[in-house]
Amino acid sequence: MAEARRTNRMWRNLNAKIAAIPMVLTTLVVFVGGTAWTVLYSFTDSKLLPRERWVGFDQYERLWSNSRWLTSIENLMVYGVLSLVFTITIGFLLAVAMDQKIRYEDTFRTIMLYPFALSFIVTGLVWQWILNPEFGIQSIVRGLGWESFTFNPLNDPKLVLYGLLIAGLWQGTGFVMCLMLAGLRGIDEDIWKAARVDGIPTWKTYLQIILPMMRPVFITTLVIVAAGIIKLYDLVVAQTSGGPGTASQVPAMYVYDYMFQAQNLGQGFAASTMMLLTVLIVLIPWAYLEFGGKKHG
Amino acid sequence: MKTLKLATALVASVALPAAAFATDLEVTHWWTSGGEAAAVAELAKAFDASGDKWIDGAIAGGGGTARPIMISRITGGDPMGATQFNHGQQALELVEAGLMLDLTDVAEANNWKEVVFPPSLLDACTVDGRIYCAPVNIHSPEWLWLSNKAYADAGIPVPTNWNEFVETAPQLEAAGKIPLALGNQPWQSNLAFGAISIAVAGLDVWKQVNVEKNMDVAAGPEYAAVFQAVADARKLAAKSTVQDWNQATNLVITGEAGGQIMGDWAQGEFQVANQVAGTDYTCLPGLGLNAYLSTGGDAFYFPKNKSADVEEAQKRLAALLVSPEVQVAFNLKKGSLPIRGDVDLAAANDCMKKGLELLAQGNLVPSGDMAWSPDVQKQNEDLLVEFWKTDMAPEVAHQQWVANLKSGL
Repeated sequence: MAEARRTNRMWRNLNAKIAAIPMVLTTLVVFVGGTAWTVLYSFTDSKLLPRERWVGFDQYERLWSNSRWLTSIENLMVYGVLSLVFTITIGFLLAVAMDQKIRYEDTFRTIMLYPFALSFIVTGLVWQWILNPEFGIQSIVRGLGWESFTFNPLNDPKLVLYGLLIAGLWQGTGFVMCLMLAGLRGIDEDIWKAARVDGIPTWKTYLQIILPMMRPVFITTLVIVAAGIIKLYDLVVAQTSGGPGTASQVPAMYVYDYMFQAQNLGQGFAASTMMLLTVLIVLIPWAYLEFGGKKHG
Repeated sequence: MKTLKLATALVASVALPAAAFATDLEVTHWWTSGGEAAAVAELAKAFDASGDKWIDGAIAGGGGTARPIMISRITGGDPMGATQFNHGQQALELVEAGLMLDLTDVAEANNWKEVVFPPSLLDACTVDGRIYCAPVNIHSPEWLWLSNKAYADAGIPVPTNWNEFVETAPQLEAAGKIPLALGNQPWQSNLAFGAISIAVAGLDVWKQVNVEKNMDVAAGPEYAAVFQAVADARKLAAKSTVQDWNQATNLVITGEAGGQIMGDWAQGEFQVANQVAGTDYTCLPGLGLNAYLSTGGDAFYFPKNKSADVEEAQKRLAALLVSPEVQVAFNLKKGSLPIRGDVDLAAANDCMKKGLELLAQGNLVPSGDMAWSPDVQKQNEDLLVEFWKTDMAPEVAHQQWVANLKSGL
């Protein structure tokens, strides 16, 4: 009886299952298989070409004693936290401002979203020039008469991360604003009416009623922004190429440089396995909140 | 990428039937600046004139970008006809994996062992007694480029060596100039360190460390002095805020900076700006202290192909690249030195002549590309860019540098 039911379930919707086979194979072979292969070979001393000479955790030991890698991780954390907080806060505030039934909303929305249409490479190059002391903001302000003005973040190891952050925020905030705006528009008008009838001030309505209702939007935004932060690469390459010194290095650059420039695949694989772990740390709580949470709530 | 491959496949399927007499060879390289492109055009012209066809596969973005693309094409089973590498260990594993064509018969037929000078160039192409690449030029990084205008503005004579350069730096600074121009890219810091280390430590010490790999000498006082010299030099470069090497060269051309440590390829920039060697700018090989040049440079490797026609064409191209006529035409445009001593470069400018003279005298050191694996070089690059751009203590950097070298033994 149970046997028959199981076969029955397996053959149900057969067409859809056959249609899904290529996708399933791609996922298994390319994504899961590729990942497993990378992790496996991170335990070898592969140089230019992969080879099966096992060295245990040597690559990881070298990785975690390398000052450039440690700087990269530290940078990623500082950049990540600041970028998360600022993109989401500014994005939300802009969305709220946009939600006040203002005139020319379409125009503003388009302008805000334009930077997102540019690649990180273009963004990085543009901001490299804007922040360059000889051509950019500093020289303009000095030209206006304030001779002692100095603003040179990209050449100061202590400030360079903020220079990257400015460019990152400029590029990403518009997108977050659009997500938030969609979330705000998804809130039922009646809730606003009810809040108004009860005499709750607008800011309180936003903070205590609308924000909790937008939880799914926030979680989605968080995951999109966080994944973007972990794979941060092209912006840094274009804007500072990791400099000055190693002050703005990020993990993805380490992976690329060691895999291809240093021709040390094992080291690169070890670093990318660590990046995978970071992604999992971001994704697992999200999956738990998104799928696990629903059963209870 | 995919469409590009598809497009090349389509082009190939159309072009192949027509290639009954002449063979098409795709040649990949990273020579994309104005002077470099002109030099490559000379190679293409010579190859086309010999009856075959040169399909240009330039990859923009420099060697660091181009090499991964080349390597993945070769290891991925889609080899090009010929490809540029810097001779040394960059392609060593590809050779060991049997992916490169053995050129020994070409080399013997054309007597490369006799004509290629210095012989270390050919040694760098040799693996287990077989020759796998054709060297085309010599580039040396140990040059100090000085702006005569900057020194005239400051009212002091142009220095004749690195020590004078450091001594006069405060006067330059007082005149509102940046003493030393240095871009932010990591390899530039590495190059400047290499140049200073030969100039300060001298050739013998350098050889003991990099050729004999004597780690006690590497940890010794001679190299401690090198790190101290770099620590002094980094103060001179503190105000240099450019990214790319040619932007730094431009600071020297416009007289905003006193000097730059850069390879002889910087000469192309001076030429494009119509500057004359000796009157507008001064070049000091070996920083004017130890006039030695390292003999790095470019070589062509020929990945193994299935077709016998292609293999024949590859061998024809290899022989052509080393031939005297091509050497002269190519190197005059490139600003580099020829790989054979028996050719006449009468049209060379002042700085190239200085280089040729050193070459003739045999004041040569093998390049770092030949001495150390890319892994060690990358680790040192990371270390040195941090050292140049922060206030890291010289002793700490020195220790780490020795540890990096030891990881490659």
